Amino acid sequence: MRQKGREIHMIYFDNSSTTRPDESVLESFIAANMKYYANPASLHVLGREAEALLKRSKEQMLKLIDNESGEVVLTSGGTEANNLAILGIAEAYRSRGNHVITTQIEHPSILNACIKLEEIGFEVDYLAVDAQGLISIEELEKKLRKDTILVSIMHVNNEIGTIQPIRQCAELIKKSSRAVFHSDCVQSFGKLPVSMESLGLDAITVSAHKMNGLKNSGALFLKKNVTPHAINFGGGQENGLRSGTVSVPNAVAMAKAMRMSTIHEDSADYREWRNLLIDACSLYENIRILSPHHGAPHILSISFKSINGEVAVNYFQEHGIIISTSSACSSKNKNAGHVIEAIGLENKFKNGVIRVSFGNTNTKDEIAEFIKVLKSFMELIERGM
Amino acid sequence: MKWKEILIRYGELSLKGRNRNHFVRKLRNNIKGAMSDLKSIQLRAERDRMFLIADEESDMQKAIERLPYIFGIQSFSPVAMCEADLDAIKEKALEVVGTEDTAGKTFKVEIKRADKTFPYVTAELQQALGGHVLHHFPELIVQMKKPDILLHVDIRKEGAFLTSKVYKGAGGMPVGSNGHSLLMLSGGIDSPVAGYLLMKRGVSIDAIHFASPPYTSELAKQKVMDLTEKLCSFGAPVRLHVIPFTELQQAIVQQVPDNLSMTTTRRMMLQIADKVREEIGALALVTGESLGQVASQTLESLTAINEVTSTPILRPLIAMDKLDIIELSERIGTYETSIRPYEDCCTIFTPSNPKTKPKLEKVHRFESFFDFQPLIEEAVRNREVIEVWRQHEKDDFEDLL
Repeated sequence: MRQKGREIHMIYFDNSSTTRPDESVLESFIAANMKYYANPASLHVLGREAEALLKRSKEQMLKLIDNESGEVVLTSGGTEANNLAILGIAEAYRSRGNHVITTQIEHPSILNACIKLEEIGFEVDYLAVDAQGLISIEELEKKLRKDTILVSIMHVNNEIGTIQPIRQCAELIKKSSRAVFHSDCVQSFGKLPVSMESLGLDAITVSAHKMNGLKNSGALFLKKNVTPHAINFGGGQENGLRSGTVSVPNAVAMAKAMRMSTIHEDSADYREWRNLLIDACSLYENIRILSPHHGAPHILSISFKSINGEVAVNYFQEHGIIISTSSACSSKNKNAGHVIEAIGLENKFKNGVIRVSFGNTNTKDEIAEFIKVLKSFMELIERGM
Repeated sequence: MKWKEILIRYGELSLKGRNRNHFVRKLRNNIKGAMSDLKSIQLRAERDRMFLIADEESDMQKAIERLPYIFGIQSFSPVAMCEADLDAIKEKALEVVGTEDTAGKTFKVEIKRADKTFPYVTAELQQALGGHVLHHFPELIVQMKKPDILLHVDIRKEGAFLTSKVYKGAGGMPVGSNGHSLLMLSGGIDSPVAGYLLMKRGVSIDAIHFASPPYTSELAKQKVMDLTEKLCSFGAPVRLHVIPFTELQQAIVQQVPDNLSMTTTRRMMLQIADKVREEIGALALVTGESLGQVASQTLESLTAINEVTSTPILRPLIAMDKLDIIELSERIGTYETSIRPYEDCCTIFTPSNPKTKPKLEKVHRFESFFDFQPLIEEAVRNREVIEVWRQHEKDDFEDLL
């Protein structure tokens, strides 16, 4: 038994929960903290320097996401950016209508914000998904109305890795409504091409710590002329959209993390590893593969029949491998998560869900190790049944 | 769409008689300067037009983005090329017309058949091509006179050259083709606009700015540097001369009564500017003064201030309304910088009621009690000359990001 915090070397396959910061990102963060610590809103020369650096960081981010004419609001992470997108945009465009569309498999920071919207009188439709986690374009078409003001559809699902047809949705939305189209791209940025232009989006949420950046750092990208109302109040920083002293070092670190992750955007390795794992899992009748074949390259979600996911997590951990049950955000809940419910998984598999997610620290050898441990785990549970 | 080259049409340059070569050379140099970081670009200047050729598609795109800001260009058009073969030309024509907004537009095909060995005569070709394009873009309406979209096909030995889109250029004359002047740049809304207008008429400029630290801040100076950098984007590098003005300004406050100090201050500034102008070999001074806008810009004030020099002072905004100046500054992109709220040397020590009709003999009398010349010369000598366009060469931020 290893002692807490003193693991020798753990194979980390929980990169969709969070990643280890890249060393160069940390270096930039420290350097920016030491040199550009002044408040970018200050008039003095140090403040001005910090402001210039902040501006450059933002320009870099905007360029990387193909939104050079637009804006970026820096937030405390994906959750806050999603909250701002849902609550802020709905409120800002209320004069146009009262109707919001999202999906059943969004991150809780979208779903719970939508519940809040319903409480204050908005009407929200939640698009259903099929067994692969895919929404139906036809359903979206049916739900879109003249008074739809906001549609929010996540790019890549955090639990099973489904990639939604954002571009197609965008074309449909632009054709038949005036709605603002937002997408939670927290899981996709740096793994798939994420471009405001080519995806046809009006707003994008990104989080730094999912791409080897720092925790507590995220952003909402807004196309030109899309302006939400603020949801927090104070000194009016970030054009009044996000009050509170702007952390220039965090902006720097995030700009760098975004740049580094887009360099490695071609996820050929992840694709190969994922296929190896799929092949290995297909050997067992008691394993159900939940992720769609054409899902995100870095996420594989599987389920064990009549076993608790937690048991698998414990077993793999004993053997030096870190995986998670579905998502970290819902893994401490006893009930099966909302995504698992939405894809209509049969009862025997509902509790046995685990998620394997790759990051840039992983190697092919680690995949082989995982397959070995999986084999011994399957032997164990098949004996026990 | 892959473009082969860009056809650049000269502005009023082509009206110039024997000086034309000089103008064309300046324009060529300015374009070259503006594209210096785009390695694959080549220029070929002809008598009536110039061709910009780029191998890299990305360079071509950037060239199209930058050309509209360079003075001396009337308009320009990207040109596509294919082999001189009817099917290939038909294909290319669709691509070229496809880059245009065709909804409800009028259309015409124009053929120049320089290569007489080409097997179709002009009329045949015109019909075949027009028919082909209309078949694919049925929304187009044929119109012979002043069509919205003119598809021009030039058939030469080396291939067929097709063009339709015409981008508007900045007009004016190539910067540098009409001599050199010194612009008095305060940091307000007017002076950058004055600089822009002169540059548009082909004048290259240096800028002069008066700083009175600690009454004026580093930020005010940075603001002027940013404005100067903006001016550089109109075609030629602009050097900035920053004059240390504190001592002189303090002397004025001590020597000259409140209501005349503004007039004397302007007279001192003009003398300093004139000396700098002489040193750098410029011919004229440029200001953003507009008649009657403030106390120093009444006809009486201008006369009293102007008395210190016989150098021509160009005032391109003299008869313009403030709102029109603001509109122009917004259009050329200097407005946002100009309205940053820092004190400049004109706003500190401002008397509460400066004379709008200063009496010259009074000004002379008060100025005679003190010898300002040594301070003027010291200010000229101690000026800081900044080549703003070089500031970006060293960049601390690059490593961090």
